[in-house]
Amino acid sequence: MALSEADRQRIARQFIEAIPFSRALGMELKEVGEGVAVISMPWNEALVGDPETGVIHGGAVSALMDTCGGAAVLSAAPDGGATATLDLRIDYMRAARPGAVITARAECHHMTRTVAFVRASAWDDDAADRPVATAHGAFTVSGGAA
Amino acid sequence: MSGRPRPEPVQAVKQRRDTALRALIGQVPMIGYMGVTFDRRGDELTAVMGFDEKLIGNPFLPALHGGATATFLEIAAIVELSFQAMWDDIESGRLDPEAPGRIAMPKTIDFTVDYLRSGLPRDAYARARVNRSGRRYASVHVEAWQDNRDRLFAQATAHFLMPPRG
Repeated sequence: MALSEADRQRIARQFIEAIPFSRALGMELKEVGEGVAVISMPWNEALVGDPETGVIHGGAVSALMDTCGGAAVLSAAPDGGATATLDLRIDYMRAARPGAVITARAECHHMTRTVAFVRASAWDDDAADRPVATAHGAFTVSGGAA
Repeated sequence: MSGRPRPEPVQAVKQRRDTALRALIGQVPMIGYMGVTFDRRGDELTAVMGFDEKLIGNPFLPALHGGATATFLEIAAIVELSFQAMWDDIESGRLDPEAPGRIAMPKTIDFTVDYLRSGLPRDAYARARVNRSGRRYASVHVEAWQDNRDRLFAQATAHFLMPPRG
């Protein structure tokens, strides 16, 4: 069954609002659909990992990439499907600017009936061409009407 | 004839190690935010993440968020690596535990996390092993479990850039 664009947006929004950890980190869904998701996360002093520089902890960036990957998979999965992360590798290319919003874009570039393959990158400010981190991972795909 | 020097009182040794560990952990806001604490036995550290509702990723199961698990693993890895790097200075007394100053931390180069089963809504534990620690780079493996040490729910391998040695 094909989802309308409005349905897709609603499901994705509910998805992120229903995730306590993503909500605690202040994540906001910007775009979703056709196997792609864009989610932003504000800088927060509580999430700092390096006190010398004020740079956000890598774990918070992992959480953003993971949530974004999951949203991308769900947007491509059959209606009512579920997903969980199998593995995720993150490369930290440079430090994110303290105070800057971090935005991640994840793309589900291949999906079988059981596994989804995801690529993602994250950047600060508007510098989408200068990622702070990139990631790739595999997600499970289960359930949903075939 | 004096043989080996008289060992320090056990309390002095413990206090020096614990104070150094506290200084290291206390300077990282994210460790407090996640509610991660460390149990120390000699130089062996076990990271403990007490369960909290905000760590949930799937409220229907419910299960811990993969990002919360990854953060926990990364914290365990960095603290193990930093504590090991500090150890000689702690033992020799070169590091003043009362005023350690800001402890320079390793920077994460890459982090690969392997989710083995879903994290249950309860406390989690992790131990890291430094497989290689050079002057510039380090490779660390970390394992996390909940009720049963042999049933890991996640593991990770990470590479770090070491801070310049002063």
